[in-house]
Amino acid sequence: MTEYALILVSTVLVNNFVLVKFLGLCPFMGVSRKLETATGMALATTFVLTLSSVCSYLANHYLLQPLGLGYLRTITFILVIAVVVQFTEMVVHKTSPLLYQVLGIFLPLITTNCAVLGVALLNVQQHFGFLESAVYGFGAAVGFSLVLILFAAVRERVAAADVPVPFRGSAIALITAGLMSLAFMGFSGLVKG
Amino acid sequence: MMTAILALGILAGLFGLLLGYSAIRFRVEGEPIVEQINAILPQTQCGQCGYAGCRPYAEAIAAGEAEINQCPPGGEANIQALADLLGRDPLPLNEEHGEHKGKQVAVIDESTCIGCTLCLQACPVDAILGAAKQMHTVIAVECTGCELCIEPCPVDCIDMVPVRETIGTWKWPFPEDRREDIAQLPTLRRAVG
Repeated sequence: MTEYALILVSTVLVNNFVLVKFLGLCPFMGVSRKLETATGMALATTFVLTLSSVCSYLANHYLLQPLGLGYLRTITFILVIAVVVQFTEMVVHKTSPLLYQVLGIFLPLITTNCAVLGVALLNVQQHFGFLESAVYGFGAAVGFSLVLILFAAVRERVAAADVPVPFRGSAIALITAGLMSLAFMGFSGLVKG
Repeated sequence: MMTAILALGILAGLFGLLLGYSAIRFRVEGEPIVEQINAILPQTQCGQCGYAGCRPYAEAIAAGEAEINQCPPGGEANIQALADLLGRDPLPLNEEHGEHKGKQVAVIDESTCIGCTLCLQACPVDAILGAAKQMHTVIAVECTGCELCIEPCPVDCIDMVPVRETIGTWKWPFPEDRREDIAQLPTLRRAVG
């Protein structure tokens, strides 16, 4: 049990996928303009990340390893992720047309979110079991959601601030992201060993 | 080699079946977001937005082809409602498409009318009653005030009359002093930020 808790804390705070591993920066900059969109994106990505982490573990453990097809890992994972994203898109379109409208192009773009493939590949690299993969994927997703929502809140605040002309727009957003990343580096001393 | 091709082929086939099933299971009838936008639009069918009617305009908004500020009959309140629904920033009314007038109805001067039926054909909501060489008249409750019947009338016998306020329709006017506060909002924000 402690192990799972440690994985969770480690992925959410210490080894945050966005701010420490620098994966999934495209949606991080792209959908963080508004808090509502960011929340929707965070929910969709959480769903996709957890599900694809579990599915790619199953594909790897029950298909690729018994057949000795380890070299097909990347292409299989991409296939799994694409299917999970497509499935999520259908569900979102059915259940929340407004969210579907707001997320627009970013919903299918979760496929190319490198955090999703990163989680699947790191699962294999670290020899995680079924539950560990699920927790790792969920932790990565929670970490992603946390920084995305925090960053969106900061950006909404920055939009109302008097920013010097050369720093307006993307420039101040990138600086803010850098400062947040610095702050998250501070978590590295949280877990010893 | 064969195992690899077979394994990936079977995996892809299974995913195809899954997606095919969910496409049927999560089928979306029509575009629900279009219905929501259409419900907000005033249904004058006037075509001032550049589209054939309110529903085509709603479809264009949903597809991202049109802005939300092209509907003069709806005015500011309409733009605000659309902005809230779609999570966009409200825009001022686009003057190119006409200006917002209060609610009005067409009235036919019955002594001048020659019974040409041209206005009947122009009316998008069938609010004009009449027949060839018979006097025409407007059903006031059906008329949306779209002004489309004025142009075709050969004897210019149609006038637009503002709907007079009755005890049932009267509302408190928006306080004048608050308007100045709202106009100053950007400066205030900057001062606070």
